[in-house]
Amino acid sequence: MKATVYVTVKQNVLDPQGKAVQGALHSLGFNEVGEVRIGKYMELTLDTNDRNAAEERVRTMCEKLLANTVIEDYRYELKGE
Amino acid sequence: MTKPMNAAVLVFPGSNCDVDCYKAVAETIHQPVHYVWHEATDLSAYDLIIVPGGFSYGDYLRSGAIARFSPVMEEVRKAAEAGKHVLGICNGFQILLESGLLPGAMRRNVSLKFRCSPASLRVERTDTAFTRDYAAGERISIPIAHGEGNYYCDDATLQSLEANRQIVFRYEGTNPNGSVSDIAGIVNTRGNVLGMMPHPERAIDALLGSADGKRMFTSLLHAWQGEAVLGKKG
Repeated sequence: MKATVYVTVKQNVLDPQGKAVQGALHSLGFNEVGEVRIGKYMELTLDTNDRNAAEERVRTMCEKLLANTVIEDYRYELKGE
Repeated sequence: MTKPMNAAVLVFPGSNCDVDCYKAVAETIHQPVHYVWHEATDLSAYDLIIVPGGFSYGDYLRSGAIARFSPVMEEVRKAAEAGKHVLGICNGFQILLESGLLPGAMRRNVSLKFRCSPASLRVERTDTAFTRDYAAGERISIPIAHGEGNYYCDDATLQSLEANRQIVFRYEGTNPNGSVSDIAGIVNTRGNVLGMMPHPERAIDALLGSADGKRMFTSLLHAWQGEAVLGKKG
């Protein structure tokens, strides 16, 4: 089974990298770009076929290590057998 | 004769201010100091624990995120609960935040630049073990060297930091990283765990540009001696 984890900076927390990329896009003429938020994308292969167990384990991984919930949100998807 | 204050300087893979911290203790307050590898499982011999700066675990994922799960961090937690003094500097501060020993989190500097320069700080509290040798409201110069020193906490946490007088150092004049409320260093509610982005260990001699960091180490020694005289430490 494969888990994909997305970690993003919380909406109410300033994302300095996103701001810089937004400015760069504007200077390249992509003026339609509004806010840019930069996050992290992680792929985890899991040695299990139990979807419910995997769900619970991945959530715990996010809470404990993969995201810092003071400043970040996370979401994940599980795919495959 | 007061017994010596035993200091530990923790060493993680990627620590790079450990030698400076060691020398700051050895050469400013002349107390016994030891390097302690991050796999250590007993810190009971130490009275002061310094979590030094650097790039523990390459700062992978987030600064301090992996180091906080090193075996020694459980011992740091126990030492903090026992009331021992814990000083986290720069990456050490980030590790203390990630471990939950101090509230808040670090973001990239607003400028996105790694800032390496002397920083002007205001000493907001002088009734802590870390700052008793400073004068209230004193301006001091301590160097900073970080890319992620942009301290963040939500409004409720900031209110509780203010209410409990946990903000020990603020940037004076220019805020180099965009931190909330110009915060440069905070302490826990009990007052025995301090985290700060500036490097006092790099400011222990005028030859280094400033000797203002020296008094942090003398403060810790004097606090230790004061407690020893009161019999708290035997």
